[in-house]
Amino acid sequence: MKYFSPPHSTSNFPVARAFLLLAFSYLLFGLLLGCIGSFQYLWPSFLKNKLSFQQSRPLHVYLVISWIFTSAQGAIYYFLPRVTGRNLFWPGGLKIHFILQLSVSLLIIGAFFSGHFGGREYLEFPPWLGILLLLSWLPFAINFFCTLKPDYRKAPVYIWSWSTGIFFFFITVSESYLWLFDHFNKQIIRDITIQWKALGSMVGSWNMLVYGAAMFIMEKITNDKRISHNRISFAFYFLGLTNLLFNWGHHTYIVPAAPWVQTVAYVISMTELLLLGHIIWKWKKSLTATKNKYGNISYRFLSVADGWIFLNLTLAILISVPSLNYYTHGTHITVAHAMGATIGINTMLLFAVIFYVLGDARPLLLQRKERLINRSLTLTNIALYLFWFALLGSGLVKIAGKLNNNSFYKIMDQSLPWFRGFAASGLLLLAGIVALVSTAVAVLLHSRKNETGRKFNKREVKRSGRHLI
Amino acid sequence: MRKIFIFLGLFSGYAAYSYLVYTKGTESELVLRGIQQQQIELGKSLYQQHNCTACHQLYGLGGYLGPELTTAWSDPSRGENYIRAFLQKGGQRMPDFHFTKNETDAIVAFLRYVDSTAITYKKP
Repeated sequence: MKYFSPPHSTSNFPVARAFLLLAFSYLLFGLLLGCIGSFQYLWPSFLKNKLSFQQSRPLHVYLVISWIFTSAQGAIYYFLPRVTGRNLFWPGGLKIHFILQLSVSLLIIGAFFSGHFGGREYLEFPPWLGILLLLSWLPFAINFFCTLKPDYRKAPVYIWSWSTGIFFFFITVSESYLWLFDHFNKQIIRDITIQWKALGSMVGSWNMLVYGAAMFIMEKITNDKRISHNRISFAFYFLGLTNLLFNWGHHTYIVPAAPWVQTVAYVISMTELLLLGHIIWKWKKSLTATKNKYGNISYRFLSVADGWIFLNLTLAILISVPSLNYYTHGTHITVAHAMGATIGINTMLLFAVIFYVLGDARPLLLQRKERLINRSLTLTNIALYLFWFALLGSGLVKIAGKLNNNSFYKIMDQSLPWFRGFAASGLLLLAGIVALVSTAVAVLLHSRKNETGRKFNKREVKRSGRHLI
Repeated sequence: MRKIFIFLGLFSGYAAYSYLVYTKGTESELVLRGIQQQQIELGKSLYQQHNCTACHQLYGLGGYLGPELTTAWSDPSRGENYIRAFLQKGGQRMPDFHFTKNETDAIVAFLRYVDSTAITYKKP
């Protein structure tokens, strides 16, 4: 397999394809496990002895997290030679990265199925697998920094964003294993605080990869380099970075800690979301002006993400008010916020990026699938709204139950209609995502030679006119 | 260069803040020694090995299928016997992990220790 890719070509498409296929398999299995988990809310004995919630939840979490960073990595590999005008520094590293990541994933999944856990939130696998996870990122980091040889004085904002994401992934994953030392492990408050700190920043690190990729395609679709060099973009980046470094505090209102830490963190994180919405809004205006049809599919996903940014922002403001947070903490309202961020924002941005890659490499074929993609996106988005509201509903029932001093089991019984709602909408969401993924996979696996196997009418050819980078 | 300085400034702040959080303000006032300390450590280790965090929360970290456990020890409607009953037999949702008496004692000791630190949960 030839990994080497000359600049300004699409011959490194096989690399992106391999990573995107891996990412899609993470996403589909992750969603399936999520659906199984939701059934376990409805029928407590469902797979209780074969795949209990103790296993289905960590599998779901690990796979969905892996979807986010693997798809971002695949896109970055595709973009790197285009950004630099150079070939990848270490073509052999691609293969090592892929094999290492696949092996680590299989080991982690095997550990969960066989009941071997590390028992920490997000990273619920045994600690030695965490070391392998970090190792699997090394070839990616080497290829990224050595291919790019970035001059940060002039680099566009997405280079800063990607660099930060990679750098802090190593820092935060390492930090999350500080509990292996007695100084942290023997003090529960310290241990919990550091866990929230490391996990909060880790989420920020992969967000940086995703936002960077989104910024990159915005620049290309609008054909406006100013968008990734101007002051407001860098102001957003530095606010995002500040958010990555310090905003974890808003998760720890109930952990005994200094209140001002959380207040400062809360203000910072809110500003970041507002600014991102502002940038996308400005970008849409610019897109209308250019009337560039090429990026339509990606544009629609970015618009959907835009909507979720504002919804999630509203929810984040509400649940970050300490007096409200006291009640919402530990309810599915927090889960609704997490789902809005990972599916509504991250996944939609990633699909925008992936369809941009496909549009660049297989423009005519993608054009043929446009209607199906639009319908799948609509289904996914409607399902996500239903899912989100069902989670909010079950959260509100739990709050009411707490206020009435109801037992946990009574609250669970009262929440049942909402659990049915999120299980049903979860299935619908799975259907929408399966439709999107199967369309993307069909384009990914189609050879370029076959792309012109059918005659296209003039309108189709015009609409799919590639926007050369 | 300005961007590089801003980055370095933020990163320095992060490093200093991390050091502060690692060393100050997050230590427990409880001093545990000897057998009590060993039992709590064993309980914590078992809590992690069985991935209790998938279903239960401690200080907001964990899943929602089972009840929050930060104050399970002092909760008038739960308490020690309630915790022991579930640890020994499981429940409608909770699998039976077949814990030995020693293991059950260790997890109960760990939850009791967590509860004793949960001052923010017990505000009127």
